[in-house]
Amino acid sequence: MINQTLYLRRRVANSVFIVLSIAAAIFGLVWLAFILGSLLSQGVAALSPTLFTEATPPPGSAGGLSNAILGSVLMSVLAVLVGTPIGLFAGTYLAEYGKHTRFAFVVRFVNDILLSAPSIVTGLFIYEIIVVPMGHFSGWAGAASLMVIVIPVVVRTTENMLLLVPHTLREAATALGAPMSFVIHSVTWKAAQAGIITGVLLAVARISGETAPLLFTALNNQFMSTNFNGPMASLPAVIFQYALSPYEDWHRLAWAGALLVTATVLTLSIIARLLENKQRN
Amino acid sequence: MADIALTDETDLTARARTTRRAGAGDARFHFLTWLAAALVLLIFAGVITSLVIGSVPAFKAFGFGFLTTEVWSPARERFGALASIYGTLITSFLAMLVAVPVGIGVAIFLTELCPRMLRRPIGIAIELLAGIPSIIYGIWGLFVFAPWFQDHVQLPVINATQGIPVIGTLFGGAPYGIGVITASLILSIMILPFISAVTRDVFETVPAMLKEATYGLGCTTWEVMWRVVLPFARSGVVGGAMLALGRALGETMAVTFVIGNAHKIDSSLFAPGTTISATIANEFTEATSEIYTSSLISLGLILFFITFIVLACAQLMLRQLEKQAGK
Repeated sequence: MINQTLYLRRRVANSVFIVLSIAAAIFGLVWLAFILGSLLSQGVAALSPTLFTEATPPPGSAGGLSNAILGSVLMSVLAVLVGTPIGLFAGTYLAEYGKHTRFAFVVRFVNDILLSAPSIVTGLFIYEIIVVPMGHFSGWAGAASLMVIVIPVVVRTTENMLLLVPHTLREAATALGAPMSFVIHSVTWKAAQAGIITGVLLAVARISGETAPLLFTALNNQFMSTNFNGPMASLPAVIFQYALSPYEDWHRLAWAGALLVTATVLTLSIIARLLENKQRN
Repeated sequence: MADIALTDETDLTARARTTRRAGAGDARFHFLTWLAAALVLLIFAGVITSLVIGSVPAFKAFGFGFLTTEVWSPARERFGALASIYGTLITSFLAMLVAVPVGIGVAIFLTELCPRMLRRPIGIAIELLAGIPSIIYGIWGLFVFAPWFQDHVQLPVINATQGIPVIGTLFGGAPYGIGVITASLILSIMILPFISAVTRDVFETVPAMLKEATYGLGCTTWEVMWRVVLPFARSGVVGGAMLALGRALGETMAVTFVIGNAHKIDSSLFAPGTTISATIANEFTEATSEIYTSSLISLGLILFFITFIVLACAQLMLRQLEKQAGK
């Protein structure tokens, strides 16, 4: 008798638990599907060729997002061009030279903090060191604030990917008489190539939707501009400004921008995933 | 021809020169990588220093009362951080309250219950969603979620709880749609994929043998998860949750759109509020006086301090798990 009630209780507890976790999964996936669904329906409705050919309009007239797209691309490219070598070298230091030293431990720790630190705070940092001395907002400051986000991402993936390279490969090259720097840049980096590119792609994905630090570094610009010395438009900043405006046609542009940003991020993450799988096999 | 003419001696000096050059190149390369690593530290130190220097005027003017006053009046140049700090903590707390159990539930579903065929696609979908920028959650929250929430949740709840002592105040006020609880819910949806992805990875480090042994003893799935998998993966799950908390605390865009930017602490969760990051994002470019800017930078410093502690704890816990897995 006692046994049977015990079994019954365990079975019931188990069923309740299973139902709850399935419910959790459905609950989570429904919300996420809801978000992607409204993004697609609102965004696709607002897509048009003029998005890429015309600059952001004043309220009430037609226009596109070309200046914002160009600004985002320019600042991201600059941030990645400068940030990648720094991240690559620092990651290489951690994996090849520093290893278990105290200095490497501290760098690793600080890097992981920077990796998830609030981006708005890094924006304040760039504001203090670049915008204030220059006296005005600029594309340089925007790119610098994105670079601060790129570096930790590249450092982390570079270190992880270099650690995947088999030791025998390094030993073989060293045995042939190659100096360590030669081993690293001609053997280890080559072997970890796909993984290192993964890191760069992830960093691009990360900064292409980054809004907070741009608000008070690059500010925004209603007109087409390639001048890094002045304020520069970016997709996220335009989405932010337009979504909070009271104008219906600005809302539509904000949705179109949101769809563009999401499509970019998802494409980059998928390519990064494929490359990472290639590296791990 | 010249090569053949070389004597043994010159050949040796040439070799020595090459070796020396390689050695110098080696040292240079080593130094360069070290420099890049040091730059990471320099950025971190720079962030702290610039925030501290920037916040000096505000702390000089208001002292530590800055942390405990609720007034935020640009017109009278009186600033206090309490309402923003409260908003940051309460939205993150509510978001974690929803996202942690649901996230762990999703992870359990993925590792134990999901049909094998769906496991990979759902897992990949969740990982991809964890990478969607927060501004997307923000714009969705503003245009889709807030109006829906206003009509289908806030109104009925306000009507149903009116007059009940504590709950009535907690859910009182007008149904604005935007407010503290809307921001919390959007935050929870945003960190959900993140928690699920980390937790699932941690669950997968649990040795299959351990689970098989427990199943072999006749335990139910619930007992295996609760008594074996969760205790084994505890530090990883807590570390992952704290990483997510760090994100929620510093999250700007998902919150700024829907919190309403009101500098007051309201007893109702439906009322508009603000968070540290939302205040900075909304007001920084409008701040004209030195003390206003400095007060906003002080908010940034407080935020950095809070997230640093949370993230440092998360790192230490995840490191511990790594060591455990390495054994």
